Amino acid sequence: MYFVMCLFLSVWDTQAQSYEDPQHHACLKCHSNQSYSFNNEVTGKVVRRLMNPYYILDTIAISAGVHKPFDCTDCHAAAYKTYPHKSELKLQPLSTCLDCHGGDASFAKYKFEEIESEFKKSVHYKVYGENFNCSKCHSQHTYVATARNSNNVLDIVDYNNKMCLSCHNDMKKYKLVSGHDNPKLVKIHDWLPNQELHFRHVRCIECHTEVKDSLMVSHNILSKEHAVKKCAECHSANSKLKASLYKYQNLQKRSENGVISSILTNSSYTIGTHQSPFLKLLSILIFLAVLSGIIIHSLFRIFKK
Amino acid sequence: MGTSEKIYFYPLWLRIWHGTNAMGIIILILTGISMQSSIDSPIIGFNLAVNLHNIAGIIVFMSYFFFFAGNLITGNGKFYRIKKKDFFNNLVKQGKYYAWGMFHGEHYPFPLSEKRKFNPLQKYSYVLVMYLAVPVVIVTGIALLFPEIIIDKAWGVSGVFMTAILHSAMGFFISIFLIIHLYIASVGKSPLENYKSIFTGWHHI
Repeated sequence: MYFVMCLFLSVWDTQAQSYEDPQHHACLKCHSNQSYSFNNEVTGKVVRRLMNPYYILDTIAISAGVHKPFDCTDCHAAAYKTYPHKSELKLQPLSTCLDCHGGDASFAKYKFEEIESEFKKSVHYKVYGENFNCSKCHSQHTYVATARNSNNVLDIVDYNNKMCLSCHNDMKKYKLVSGHDNPKLVKIHDWLPNQELHFRHVRCIECHTEVKDSLMVSHNILSKEHAVKKCAECHSANSKLKASLYKYQNLQKRSENGVISSILTNSSYTIGTHQSPFLKLLSILIFLAVLSGIIIHSLFRIFKK
Repeated sequence: MGTSEKIYFYPLWLRIWHGTNAMGIIILILTGISMQSSIDSPIIGFNLAVNLHNIAGIIVFMSYFFFFAGNLITGNGKFYRIKKKDFFNNLVKQGKYYAWGMFHGEHYPFPLSEKRKFNPLQKYSYVLVMYLAVPVVIVTGIALLFPEIIIDKAWGVSGVFMTAILHSAMGFFISIFLIIHLYIASVGKSPLENYKSIFTGWHHI
């Protein structure tokens, strides 16, 4: 029901949003600013106050996000159009992602229902239950499908890891959900060699999520006891990364961009020359040639004395 | 054999270096292959292989300085000097001896003496290994120990990737050298003669 409404609104109200010019947008003229004013009916004076920093929106990021075609009240209650907002509005539940995305053929390829059932197995759901929703990681305002569209691994990794770090590296947000202080990430990953390089080149979820063939990212975030800790799981010809990060079509083709890299590599995370099938074959051939040379020479030495 | 002439070819410092280097290189090759094949069994754990590789690498790095300094101080370095004259001819002559001459009773083309410790083929391959492959493998190995110092990209290819390729390609070259080195060492007066020499220092001419 809700998604029909969402789609309807998006078609009907395409001019409603003007994120490029926030000063002319009914909501953003306050919610993209550091302060707001309202008429205090009790004192009869105009009051100017600081905006809650969590309610300030990045209008440039919104314009680049996948939900750009929608206006605020497509998801937030229409009653927010009255200003000052009525305080009881805060208590109303927000519409959820699946209200629009669930059960809709046009979103079928994203498998939102399967994502939800996988999420319900995750440590996030097990520990925090319904309080943990999609928006804890995926900001609806600014979400961009980077992993599906970018062909730059570092951008994908950066975008993705920031989702995790927005809570796991933020004392206030982490404590709000968990009720306790966040562990220091650098310290608990002490055991990981070249930690900084790993953090920049692979996503947290590579080790902290169960791989599921039918989904791009399974969303079953594992507890730290079940996270991958064996180097060889990734650093091998049968690397786990092929089933996770390099599962995306846009990344599988990345080696075609450069002549040298297409000759040299298609499995970057194997150690040494075996990263390149060509060099692997060449090294085996050289080794066999040397070995046969030695065997033939030895036979001559034995029989041709 | 007792009557043949003996030369003290391998002084103690050289034998100590050779032994240390050999042990280090063998550990490096075995752990290198283990990492490359991602072997992670309870016997040779991946982490153990990485740690052993790092330690052996540092030992080989230090022993290289010992070798380099020893060659400068003692004059052993002169045996590695390559002369332009007859470079190619000497190479062919020695190669021909191994492939043909030694099976047909020909005399050794470059008899060893106080002045000539290595035959041309031996000399050239030692120079390639000790003055090219080993330094490259050491430099790339140190870079890989501190990957943050490696440039991010060169010609659109990851710097770490190129360093890793160069490191293991040179490592492979050294492994091939080791196999041939060990085999050719058995071509002596008797198959075990040269192995004995590198332990005692005395070489029978």
